[in-house]
Amino acid sequence: MRFAQQLMLVPLTLALASCGGGVLDPRGPVGRAERLILIDATAIMLAVVIPVILLTLAFAWWFRAGNRHARYLPNWEYSGRIEMLVWSIPLLVILFLGGIAWEGSHELDPPKPLISSTPPLEIQVVSLDWQWLFIYPTQGIASINKVVVPAGTPVHFRLTSASVMNSFFVPQLGSQIYTMAGMTTQLHLLADHEGTFQGISAQFSGDGFSDMKFDFVATSAGEFEDWVAASRAQGRVLDEASFVELARPVHARGPATFAQVSRGLFDHIVSGHIVADPVPQLSH
Amino acid sequence: MNAVNQALTRTEEIPLSFRGPAPTRSVAGFGFWLFLLSDIVIFGALFAAYAVLSGETAGGPTGAELFDKRHVFIETACLLASSVTCGFALLSAQRTEKLATYFWLAATFALGALFLALETSEFSTMLAAGAGPSRSAFLSSFFALVGTHGLHVSMGLAWLVLMALQIATLGFQPMVSRRLFCFALFWHALDIVWVGVFTIVYLGAH
Amino acid sequence: MLGKLTWAAIPFDQPIVMIASGTVGAVIFALLALVTVKGWWPYLWREWITSVDHKRIGVMYMILALVMLVRGFSDAMMMRSQLALAAGGAAGYLPPEHYNQIFSAHGTIMIFFVAMPFVAALMNFAVPLQLGVRDVAFPVLNSLSFWLTAAGVLLVNLSLFVGEFARTGWLAYPPLSEIAYSPGVGVDYYLWSLQISGIGTLLSGINLTTTILKLRAPGMGYSRMPVFCWTALAANLLIVAAFPVLTATFAMLLLDRYCDFHFFTTNLGGNPMMYINLIWLWGHPEVYILVLPAFGVFSEVVATFSGKPLFGYRSMVLATMVICVLSFMVWLHHFFTMGAGADVNGFFGVMTMIIAVPTGVKIFNWLFTLYGGRIRFTVPIYWALGFMVTFVIGGMTGVLLAIPPADFVLHNSLFLIAHFHNTIIGGVVFGVMAGYNYWFPKAFGFTLNERLGKAVFWCWFVGFYAAFMPLYALGLMGATRRMQHYSDVHWQPYMLVALGGACLILLGIVLTVVQLVVSIRARHVNRVGADPWNARTLEWSIPSPPPAWNFARLPVVEGTDAFWAMKQGVGVPAQRAEPEPLAALHVPRGNPTGVMTAFFAVITGFALIWHIWWMVAFGLLGVLAVALKQAWRTDTEIAVPVEEIAAYERRHVRHGASV
Repeated sequence: MRFAQQLMLVPLTLALASCGGGVLDPRGPVGRAERLILIDATAIMLAVVIPVILLTLAFAWWFRAGNRHARYLPNWEYSGRIEMLVWSIPLLVILFLGGIAWEGSHELDPPKPLISSTPPLEIQVVSLDWQWLFIYPTQGIASINKVVVPAGTPVHFRLTSASVMNSFFVPQLGSQIYTMAGMTTQLHLLADHEGTFQGISAQFSGDGFSDMKFDFVATSAGEFEDWVAASRAQGRVLDEASFVELARPVHARGPATFAQVSRGLFDHIVSGHIVADPVPQLSH
Repeated sequence: MNAVNQALTRTEEIPLSFRGPAPTRSVAGFGFWLFLLSDIVIFGALFAAYAVLSGETAGGPTGAELFDKRHVFIETACLLASSVTCGFALLSAQRTEKLATYFWLAATFALGALFLALETSEFSTMLAAGAGPSRSAFLSSFFALVGTHGLHVSMGLAWLVLMALQIATLGFQPMVSRRLFCFALFWHALDIVWVGVFTIVYLGAH
Repeated sequence: MLGKLTWAAIPFDQPIVMIASGTVGAVIFALLALVTVKGWWPYLWREWITSVDHKRIGVMYMILALVMLVRGFSDAMMMRSQLALAAGGAAGYLPPEHYNQIFSAHGTIMIFFVAMPFVAALMNFAVPLQLGVRDVAFPVLNSLSFWLTAAGVLLVNLSLFVGEFARTGWLAYPPLSEIAYSPGVGVDYYLWSLQISGIGTLLSGINLTTTILKLRAPGMGYSRMPVFCWTALAANLLIVAAFPVLTATFAMLLLDRYCDFHFFTTNLGGNPMMYINLIWLWGHPEVYILVLPAFGVFSEVVATFSGKPLFGYRSMVLATMVICVLSFMVWLHHFFTMGAGADVNGFFGVMTMIIAVPTGVKIFNWLFTLYGGRIRFTVPIYWALGFMVTFVIGGMTGVLLAIPPADFVLHNSLFLIAHFHNTIIGGVVFGVMAGYNYWFPKAFGFTLNERLGKAVFWCWFVGFYAAFMPLYALGLMGATRRMQHYSDVHWQPYMLVALGGACLILLGIVLTVVQLVVSIRARHVNRVGADPWNARTLEWSIPSPPPAWNFARLPVVEGTDAFWAMKQGVGVPAQRAEPEPLAALHVPRGNPTGVMTAFFAVITGFALIWHIWWMVAFGLLGVLAVALKQAWRTDTEIAVPVEEIAAYERRHVRHGASV
């Protein structure tokens, strides 16, 4: 009965792989590298865990009190050889996985730029209560709850928060990173092909948290330019006043765009020169 | 006690850990020492916060601007001297000399109270000048760290009064002398913490 | 006059809360009425409420934990049912303002008011008995520790009816927990109830550490202590080292909230990241505080029911102390995604992996204890085997999460939730249930119903897998934690399975109560003597239940498994032939300091939460008054005359062995 439960994990994972949309169905190099690590590490550990589980059940069964065939060793409590084995198996596994951890931590460090012949697209991210603001400094536009990027282009995110801590996460593209007020974090992601991916906040931030979703849309280069042009044609301006208005707590706002963004808006949000309520005003 | 147990508890040959339950005095002292360690961990966390936040003056006054080193020197002298008087109080108590014990306890109290008075005046001056804990993270961490130490000193003074009353009403029975010993440990520990405070906060002010 | 407290604090407009509070209130009133009518108050006051006996205090911790398990689990049922409903566009039945309080309360209660008291119960009851001594180092402090925990429980539960609870998650990260973003009393309820019970826990840590290091039977050097005592030592050392950090951090947040300080605010230089570092500096040792004693229980149980000594005593002790030290060097793995950089992340990832090594060693040692044994399939062994199978899975997913890039995609997801429930339920809960069934006969003199005990096990075991395996899957599918609703309807079947699992666990909890009732009713039939399990350690050498003084003569210990050695006839022959003559004993007298201090602590805490400053002063004065009364208390012991001890021994001891 117990063994069967363990066995069920296998088809479950397989079912998941086909069940698109998550961490096991990545659409970019970062996510793919991370999935590889997940699968490799799990496989290595299962090579120890499954025998341990089987041995536990086997020993429990064989050495049950009713089994007269089993040897009873009432004073056996130490064996140097087994001690050696017992320390070295976990040690070896951990040495190997530790290497993966160290290497992987450096290879996939979020601020580390992705290797690509295409120059990266710069996007600045501000988490608000309870929506996401994306500023395109080069294009001079901004977007709420929707990121549009050309497929195949690496994206360099600089992130901050205008309220409490959040976490920017697109499961199908890879790593998440915290957003925190008063400082910037960095992230690099890339979507190989066109598609729309779900983005969320992965750090609880209050009553509207569950609605804090955004679309990550990878389009062709042409469609991307069209979207930028359409945003520019719109006419709304994002400056200090409209930002403060925008930042008022709201649930589930639909996507929207801004045609113009005032210079240095992101930096002013980070430094605290522009403040979204309810945080009290700075003294300088 | 039969021969076997006598043999097993003959002190010199047996390691301490095999001799059975330790005497009450040892147990009480050890427990209190553990408590002091835990108190020092609290101060450790406050020191860590101070280290992280000491530069965050938010455009307000810095330590170098606020602290008066002479003032701090006198405070330190008071506290260190009070440790000496506390030691003498403990010695007098061990000799069960009531009057001497009262005298040295009173001296300890006076020096501790003087320390607190000086510290309180330092805090009021800062508050009056708008350099209170709400002004910046640096000041928050300063007031919390130094204030927590001051709070401990206040509680120590209250405990001191209590000990004097206990000696007066109960005499030097084992329970009272155990508590006096613990008080002395507490008082000395506060001194050690103060050395940390005055080194890191006042001498290290920038 | 009453600070911030007004009639608006009572949620008349929330039917679920009003009904829940009303029911709880009615039950409490009924219980109090019953006790009064039956005239049980004098007995309860004398024998339990003011008791400083570690055995009684252990039982009270257990009762507290079981009651709070019901409260914490009802939060869990609400969360599971909400998520089973709130798929696609559906909103479920719990709006975010309530749901956020429910999951915050669930975590807070389960860790602080269920798991900690469960573990404290077992350590309090068994450690002095296993060490062969009469009580802990500081019995009055022990009573105080229990009652301060109870004070925290009372405050947390008051928040249901008067005011609200925190809506921040169980660790209350700033800036969300700062006054600007959480202006209500919820976070204050959270902070004050944990500060008060935290003092209790710290005192308990000091108490048990001193007991284990300074109070052991003659001949019991460190290398002859039972492994449960070693794990208790490690856990209590961790308490002494880690809980002050929690106290200091919460104090800083309280200063921010009450006095406009700027430790963790987002303006004037505050640093929320520092809170996260400090709180996890406590938080990681906390999980080892919970799991190490559970490991200790398994060491006792597996050895006893295999009829063999524990395999590899030395390496078990070494592994335990290594875990103890290393648990302070891994805290950053709780926030790899905060962006500390590759070197820092890598270091903490590697350190976390290293701590998996001694844990793995322990599993192997239990395995080889089973090998060559004659295993009796009692209820405790069921829990031990269930643990060995389940915990390794949880450990595996933990090592997985310790790889920073893996964590980058799984942090804060339902995968993480599944991992820590896997280790806490598979490790701590299973260990407590094993210890509960194992030591119950010693505490009360009769066994728990075996069949029902096995039914409880299967409900928890199957229920756990059904409830949490789907969560591993959901986490991999991109589901994050603390969602009140979700848009992908494909997730709903998994949520439904999880709800089914939770219902099974609920059945397990109900059956635990049934098991207790049935067993109490059958107590005369299921009566047992000193050693119902043919066990190995000293607690089984004295009658069940033990007398107030535990041991009439302190045992003289020659090696590990001291009682087993005595039973084999090994041991100082002279001691067995000519036992030490009985002497009069002193037993600590009951003392109201604990309960009275806690009473005033509740008043002070409540007043602080609602800003009723005169009541704060009153409460603090009350605490002072109780302390002064205790300071002058000289009549602290009861002398037990040698005739009474001799008569007791005659009734309960045959041929040198307790029956």
